[in-house]
This record gives sequence, C-alpha cells and structure tokens, in this order.
Amino acid sequence: MLEIEIDGKQLQVPDGSTVMEAASKVGAYVPHFCYHKKLSIAANCRMCLVQVEKAPKPLPACATPVTDGMKVWTHSEQAVKAQKGVMEFLLINHPLDCPICDQGGECQLQDLSVGYGGGQSRYQEEKRVVGNKDLGPLVATDMTRCINCTRCVRFTSEIAGLMELGQAFRGEHAEIMPFVEKTVDSELSGNIIDLCPVGALTSKPFRFGARAWEMSRRKSISPHDSLGSNLIVQVKNDVVKRVLPLENETLNECWLSDKDRFSYESLNCEDRLTRPMVKQGGQWVETDWQSAIEYVAHALKSIKSEHGADSIGALASPHSTIEELYLLQKLIRGLESGNVDFRLRQSDFSADGRMSGIPWLGMRVSEISTLDRLLVIGSFFRKDHPMVAQRVRQSARGGLKVFAVNPAFDDWQMPISKEVCVPPNEMVAALARIAKAIAEETGQALSDGLRKLCLQVTVDDDALVVAKGLVSGRSVSVWLGNLAIQHQHSSRIHALAQEIARLSKGVLGVLGEAANSVGGYVAGAVPFNQERSGKNVVEMLTSSLKAYVLAGVEPDLDIADGVSALKALGDAELVAVLSPFKSKSLLDVADVLLPIAPFTETAGVFVNCEGRAQSFFPVVKCAGDSRPGWKILRVLGAALELDGFDFDRIEDVRMEVLGEGDELHSAVKFNNDIAIGEFSLPAITSGIQRIADIPIYSADVLVRRSLPLQATKDAEMPCGRMSNATLELLGLRSGIMVRVTSTKGQVVVRLEEDNGVSDGCVRLAGAHHSTVALGGLHGSVSVEAV
Amino acid sequence: MNSQGIILSGLDGDRTWRLADYIKRDGYKALKKIVSEKIPADQIIAEVKKSALRGRGGAGFPTGLKWSFMPRAFPGAKYLACNSDEGEPGTFKDRDILRFNPHSVIEGMIIAGYAMGCERGYNYIHGEIFEVYERFEDALQEAREAGLLGVNILGSDFSFDLFAHHGYGAYICGEETALLESIEGKKGQPRFKPPFPASFGLYGKPTTINNTETFASIPFIIREGGDQFLALGKPNNGGTKLFSVSGHVNKPGNYEISLGTPFSTLLEMAGGMRGGRNLKAVIPGGSSAPVLPGSVMMDCTMDYDSISKAGSMLGSGAVIVMDETTCMVKALERLSYFYFEESCGQCTPCREGTGWLYRVIHRIENGLGRPDDLDLLNSVTANIMGRTICALGDAASMPVQSFVNHFGEEFAFHIEHKKCLVPIELQREGSKIYVA
Repeated sequence: MLEIEIDGKQLQVPDGSTVMEAASKVGAYVPHFCYHKKLSIAANCRMCLVQVEKAPKPLPACATPVTDGMKVWTHSEQAVKAQKGVMEFLLINHPLDCPICDQGGECQLQDLSVGYGGGQSRYQEEKRVVGNKDLGPLVATDMTRCINCTRCVRFTSEIAGLMELGQAFRGEHAEIMPFVEKTVDSELSGNIIDLCPVGALTSKPFRFGARAWEMSRRKSISPHDSLGSNLIVQVKNDVVKRVLPLENETLNECWLSDKDRFSYESLNCEDRLTRPMVKQGGQWVETDWQSAIEYVAHALKSIKSEHGADSIGALASPHSTIEELYLLQKLIRGLESGNVDFRLRQSDFSADGRMSGIPWLGMRVSEISTLDRLLVIGSFFRKDHPMVAQRVRQSARGGLKVFAVNPAFDDWQMPISKEVCVPPNEMVAALARIAKAIAEETGQALSDGLRKLCLQVTVDDDALVVAKGLVSGRSVSVWLGNLAIQHQHSSRIHALAQEIARLSKGVLGVLGEAANSVGGYVAGAVPFNQERSGKNVVEMLTSSLKAYVLAGVEPDLDIADGVSALKALGDAELVAVLSPFKSKSLLDVADVLLPIAPFTETAGVFVNCEGRAQSFFPVVKCAGDSRPGWKILRVLGAALELDGFDFDRIEDVRMEVLGEGDELHSAVKFNNDIAIGEFSLPAITSGIQRIADIPIYSADVLVRRSLPLQATKDAEMPCGRMSNATLELLGLRSGIMVRVTSTKGQVVVRLEEDNGVSDGCVRLAGAHHSTVALGGLHGSVSVEAV
Repeated sequence: MNSQGIILSGLDGDRTWRLADYIKRDGYKALKKIVSEKIPADQIIAEVKKSALRGRGGAGFPTGLKWSFMPRAFPGAKYLACNSDEGEPGTFKDRDILRFNPHSVIEGMIIAGYAMGCERGYNYIHGEIFEVYERFEDALQEAREAGLLGVNILGSDFSFDLFAHHGYGAYICGEETALLESIEGKKGQPRFKPPFPASFGLYGKPTTINNTETFASIPFIIREGGDQFLALGKPNNGGTKLFSVSGHVNKPGNYEISLGTPFSTLLEMAGGMRGGRNLKAVIPGGSSAPVLPGSVMMDCTMDYDSISKAGSMLGSGAVIVMDETTCMVKALERLSYFYFEESCGQCTPCREGTGWLYRVIHRIENGLGRPDDLDLLNSVTANIMGRTICALGDAASMPVQSFVNHFGEEFAFHIEHKKCLVPIELQREGSKIYVA
C-alpha cells in the first residue's frame, strides 16, 4: 500500500494505482476526456493535469503512478491553469454549435467547458472541418466535433477485440476513421456512442429523437441473450426512445451488445399486434379481450373433452418472462396435460429425466476472470454471447487459455490455444478423444458408461494438446454453447463434457441461448420432472396435437424445424398465440392472436445463465390493447375455471415460482450433471453435413424486427459456407448460387468459401426465412450448382 | 567533411564506407579487444561513464548512465535501437556518418549490445534519405559476412544481430518512443512515460536508444580509453562533436570539433559570414533550440554547459547562422509551419496549439497582426510547454518564445507597420547569393 495525500486528504492505495484512481477514492473529481476505467491509458487529452509535489510541471492524473508519500493537488492554481489551458485548446477547433448537436445536454466537453472554458475564444482563425465517416447503420458521425481522445479506437481493439477504428494523419489533420471502405461491424459497436465524450459519435437510430433532459430513465433487463444485461430505458411521452447500459460490474460492466441497445427499434413496428384478433372463416377480425379469451377457453375445453387433455400442448419462447412461463405450464397442467416446452431449438431430449438439476453456467459471470483454462464446445461464441465473450477476451489476453471444439469457427477476436474443428457428427468422437487423453494423461479412470466408447477412439494430437492444456490449469471450466445444446447428439456431448470437466477438475457450464434459458426450467416449463410429464417440443409437433398455445413464438423461425412446426400448427384445430407481433406465418397458422406486451411494457423476471433472477418493471404503457402476458394467462386460467389463478399482483406469481430469496435464489437447484448411461459413437453419415448458426440478429422476435440491426453486416442474407477442400470435392466455387436440399425441402443460396468450416460440411444459418424450408438445423444435405 | 576528429577523421579517401577502409582506420579493434579479452560489461559501461559522452541526439543525457539503467538480470529479450531518424531542420550529421562511416555505428552498437546484454538491435533511419539506408544495409551485409555480426561474433560466445529499418519521413519518429512504435509497425506516436524504454521499450522489453553519433563515438572510447575521449573535450562535455553548420556562411557543412571550442572558431571553419555581412542570430542546436542573438553567441563556446548558460541548447549540434538580411518574423513563420505540420496529433496542446501558433505568426508576417498577438503567442506557448506527452510541444514553443523575446521589436514593427523591419531590398539582396 502507498500513502498519498490528495487535496489535503490522506489515503492509502494499492501499489500500481494511478493518481486518477486515488483521486476518485477521496471524491476529488479530476476533469478528463480520454481516460476511461475500462480502457488502456492514453493520456492524450491532457485535461487531467494535476499539480504534484516536487514535479516541475503538471502531470496527467490518469497516467501518473502513485509513489509513496506523494502529494497531489487537483484544483490548485497550477492545476486549474493547466486544465483551463487544455480546455482552450480543445475548444478552438470544436464547433460551438451545441444547440444543434445531438450530444447537447449529455456532453462531457459541454459540461466541463462550463467549469474550465473561457467566455470568449481567443482563437480568431477558421476552424477545422473534418469529413464524416460511414460507420454503418448504428453509429452516426460528426467528425468535426471529434477531440481525438481515441476512446473509440481503444474500445474497438481492446474490448471488441478487432481494430476497426484508428487515428489517421498527423497533427491538426488527425482524424478518427475506419479502414478504407469499411464500417464498424462489431457486435459491440454501440458502446463507442457512450464512450464518445463529445457529439462526434452518436446513435444513428436515435438521432435527434429527443434531448437527454426530456427523457426519463428507467431500469430494465435485456430480454435477449442469457446474460441479462442491465438496461436504462429512456422514455419520452410514453415511447421508448433509446436504451443505454446500466452499469453492473457483475454482468455487463458498463457495456451493452448492439442487440441489447438497438432492439427497442422494433417495439412499435408495423408488425406490432395491438388488438386481440380471431380468425373467422379464414378472415382475421379484431375483437375485444373478453370475446378472445372466451373463444380460447371454449375451444380448449371442447378439444379437451373431445380428444383428451393430451392433445393440448404449449410452446413458449425462452425470451418469455418467468411469470409467463410459469403460468403457461400451470395452465397446461391445470388442463391435465403435460405437453409444455420452451427449448424450441433443441432436438435431442434424451437427457430429460437424467438431469440432476437445472442447467446453468456452473459459476458466476464475475468469476470468469478467475479461470485459467476454458473449453468451449459447440458455440458461435462471439455472436451468440457477445458480452460473455468480451469477458473471456479480456481474460484470454491475460492468462486464460481458451480451447474450443466446434464444427465451424469464425474469428472470436481473442487468442485461442487450440481450435478443434470437426464435422458435427464427429463431435462426440472428438470429445471422447479428449476425455480419453485426459484420463491417460492423469491416470484417472473413465466413468463406467464411457469406458467402452472411449475404447473405440484413438487419441490424436489435437486431443492431446487440449488435454494437456486443461489438466495444467488450476481453475478450469467446460462450457456447452448453443450449438452443443441444439445438436442432435446433445446429451452425448453433454455427458462427455461432464466427463472432461470431472477429469480436469473443472466445472461444467451451459451458456444458454436466451434470457430465460435457465428460467424456463425454474418455471417448470418443461415436460418432465413435474407432477405431470408430457411431450417435448419435437414430440408435440410430430404427434399432431389438436390445440397449441404459443407464447411469444414465431413457429417458423423460433423452432428448430420450422417446416414441421408450420405443418403441425396448420393441421391443428386451435392455435392460440400470445405474441407482441404478428407475422405472415402466424397469420397463416393461428386461430387467435392475443397481443401481449414486450419487455418494456410488462413486469417480469429473467433468470440468467448464472442463476440470477433479475426483475424488471414496465417502462411504458402497453401499446393499444396489448396486455402483459402474465395477466392474459391468469384471466385465461380463470376462464378455464382452473384452480390457483387468482393472482392480484405479479409479485404473487413470482413468489409462487421462486419463493422468498435474494436475486441468486440459492434454494433453486442448479446442477449440470446428467446420469451417464452407456452410449455409442454416432454413425458417420454420408453426404454434406449442415451446420446451422443462429445469426445474432435473427435470434428472437425483437431483433428480427429492428431495422437498424437488420441493416448491419451481421444481418446480411445468409450464404452457404464451405471450406476450400469441400468446394473442390464437390466441384463448386465461391460466389455461385447453389441449391441445398434436405429431406424436408430445398433452398437456393449463394456459396462462399470459409475455411473455418470443417471439411465435408456446409454452414448455413438457421432461424432465417431464407432457409426455413430446409426444416431442422442439422443432418445431411446435398449441395449442387443451380 | 572538412574536419579532423574521431568520427570524420580519415574520411578523405575513396569508398570510406567499405569495411576494408574502416579496418584500415583501426575499425573493429575495440570489438576484437572486448571479445578476445572478455572484458566485463561493467567495465565497458564504466569506461563510457568516464568519457563523459553525452547523448548526441539533442538531450545531452550522459550515455554511460543511460546504459546502466538497463536491467541486468532481466530474463528474456532486451533491445538496442539507434536513432538515425534525423529530421530536425538544420541537422544533417547522422546522414553523413552513415554515408561515409557506417561501420563506426555498427561497431558502436555491437559494443553497446555486449555491454547491455542485448541480442538484437535496430537502426531506424530517416525515410527521406533512402540511399543512406541502402548503404547501411550493404555495410550490415559486409559485417555479417566478416563474422562481425550474427551468431558467435568473432568466434566468441557473444551473439548480436543488427537490422536497418527505414521510416517514412515523420519528424515525430525521432522521438524515441515514437520510434519504437514505428519499428513495431504502428503509427509513430510517442508513448507516455513512465514507463521508460529501459524497463518497457521495444515490444515491451527493456530497450536502450542512442543517437547515431553517440554510437559512432563508442569504438574510440573503448579503443583509446574514456580518458582520452574526455580529454578531447572539456569536463562533463567529453569528446568531439559534429556540428552541422548551415545558413549564411560561406562553407556550410559538417564540422567535427572538440566540445568547448569557441563559436567564433567554428564560424571561421565554416568560412565566415557570407559576403562579410554581420551576424544577426544563431540557432545553436537545431530548430527547436531557442535562438540566440549573434553577440551572445560570439561569447559562447560550443559545449552543452556554455550554450545552456546562454539560454539555449546544444541540441543535435545543428548551427543555423542568420545574418542581418534575415527577417526574424519570416524565419519563425517557416519554423512554426514545420512544427504545425509535424505534430503527431496525439495530445491536445500540441495538436491544437502548433496550428494556432503558426496561424498567428503567419498573419503577423502577412500584415494582419494584432496588438495583443505577442501576448497571445507567449500565452499559447506557455500553455503548450510542459503539458504534452513528448517534447515536440516544447520544441515548437521554444523558438517562438525566444524569437519574440530576443527580436520582439521586429515583431512589434511588423504588427504596427504591416511590413518588415529589415528592409525588403536588403532581404532580397541577402537571398541573391542563392540565385544561381
């Protein structure tokens, strides 16, 4: 510890602290622009100059390390003179046009100029003009306002991982710009808007939408990925104008992914459902709530009496609130059916009933920084989990060694010690090799169920590298990504991951794809381990139920096999849909559309991947006649004369699901272990294997409708990606159009070379209207030139 | 090339840059002595300290002391860098050293590598003198072929390799940390210090950076002893030094003289004032050193301490001589433009301030000056100096302050009368000499 005196206040700070950190500890504000606690020190704005005893000239607080016995004055005459001098320089070329600047009212330069700027400029010459840059559909530029603090430059290279911005040219001509003809395409790009201390980088979708002081700030939780980023939703006149991060060091830190930030643009889109609608004689008619509810209740009752309760099933989006999920399963079970599921993109359910608890990350998100070895299995990590990947990236640049087993890789923008790239149907074998290698390396015995399986594989170099890497760690984790969970051999992959974790003294974790991937289990929205079990999503769709209740689901895009889903729903007698949006497929297959509120208009809870139950409140009124999902389900339960639906408040529902407890609900049994039964290696099928990623801006109903997100590079039309070797094998070449045919259907897509894809495979995105016809996310396909 | 001394002496022959010629001039003797006698590193550094050799790049920091900052027991790579990014207006000495005596630099760097335990060195050569870079590459090749560079030098267990690296002509890359950034392939921008290169330098490893002339002086010090070198100069100002004399003299060029030689002697060596005119002002150490009136200069000796006492800096030894036909406002305008153009743009005071200074001086020169402009110049320079990441801010400010300080009446005249104090006819007369 070092002694330091700042503005006459004594304190102790740890070795290696800077004067800036020490000053903030005693509450002494040092003006600054380029300094940001999460970025490297640049010391280029020079605004934080302070007086230091024995130093002949003022020193920048952000970059000056504390030495023992140091005396610092942050507001002495020398310090303030220096700060005012810098402010004058910053302002001479900065346009003084705050009234027409979108940053006005929330601008660091504007704020500090009040304290440090002069009333009149001594600079009489012409001001610098800098051309604007096209950074893509999310970030607007006014580069003349730029003060070259390079926060955005440092963010893209340090946090987002890819250097997409730089400072070109020299001196007064220095400009921040992207590479020639390139935009900023990171999935975290929106953060540079927050980081920009002036109005140079502002939000393109929000631009000129409102002034900072006109909006109220309301807390919320992101409904997208499994992290549950904390949000500040800014509202004006009951309309969501913008979303900003709410700092939470344990989850999203001070960042947001672009989907968390810009998905609000979909809230009031054309597709928004604002009135209950019933299909009569093939025509949609708007109706009132009472009629709609009575219609559904009546239909469910008659189907139950005619075909039995087992002919009724419910499918819920994993982005639903825990209250919606809970009431939906309660309603279905109240009707004496057990057919309820929320794991819509999963295809292997053989682990159901063999789980010891609720699958989760196996650790707290904040503990990621303590890991020194990580094996990620089956994940498009950077796009599926932008914020978790960001944390791992920071660690990977320190001491964390990352390994991955995947059928296809894209650039994770972090150092990866070993990428094991194998076709989907060889993942089980690849993991078995790793498990075997670890067992041999450490002299441990394999679990009974796996011994036979591992006899069938021979350890190769890749497996050995991963094995040696993992066993040399002190804090090891093995994570199953979305692709692993959606995989057709998911339970075998899970069992082997569990074995690898056990043998390497590590922890098994499941990343989870959606805001309530954990919460769905907590709410019991699964067809097993409950008083009344039933069919899972695949069984429900293949056994032609008579009635389906959908909550927040777009069947063609949210369910793995959209073709079967549309077919089953089309054949049913009743399809009642609770959804904030309509879509063509919903209008086709549904009989009743009940408009429910999206996350901004309802209260609810999301249980994130670390098991944290985060509640949120509505930030705006419900649009039109739409109502919170939990209320509709409660009324529907009452209309069906079911017991236990007399909730007055959402807190009562919550209490029934979660009970008393803190955010982490330690009473809930989180456990990733599954009972490992004996199993064999999957057969190696012939034909080209399809690998389906779920594009980041196709994953859920909100992002699919956000126009700015849809204009990004990540939302471009999916193409078939193949390695060079595969292309040669098939006699195809990059750039041509090909027909991809599966057992369910065919699509025509453009082909592109991508050597991150394992040989013998084609990577073709799922959850996209252009590929729905293929049905299912996996399996053999044929690819031929059109 | 009109001097004797230790670096330029013996360079009157043909193809003096070849290895054979250098060996004839006792070249690589020092290196051979070190590796054959296995002289301990400490002893070499002590010898350099004894010589009172001070950095020839401009700052004049004692070289031996700098070398002793390198961590001894550091595990892993340590680097050596030679700063040949000679970009200061008025300076042209390193170019000639590399052009005519490149092996002296190579030998100096090998010895430095030996003394500091570096296995690898880089010579960063100014990008606008490409033929010098090519000649240096040739010299490196000769040295490698002769077993003087590379693995197991001269059969010893000491290995050292040296690489030439050319810049692209940015002045800022002469700042040592910007130079390191540039070698690393990044945009040449100075780093904030601390940490200093001795602990966190090239690729994050301990690094020592010296000027070309500094390295070129090393072989003599090791061969003949630090005392011998010191005796060539005066206490605390050991050895000889190259001075690049330019401006209004009859024989501009590089002159190697003992430190402590009177300025008047140097001026004489350079052939005296052009056309016998009166000396008006001298910038004694490159364009960033404060200008001194001729009369002050005539009382100075050419060494670090004397020039510093007179209120300027010996700097890189670029002596810019100006006679009475010079308009000081115009001269400063040109200098200010240079710093405006060469500021790297990283930190605020320099990025914004150098342009401001230039514009104010430009408008004074063009008859648009305002009464309070001199106060403004003083205030702006005060706001730049000491507030920037590197010394370029100071370098841009010092000429302005000194010009206004010593020749204030010319600036005041310009502002008041919208024309030069030095009659335009006289200025034209002065520049006639260059009309060929």
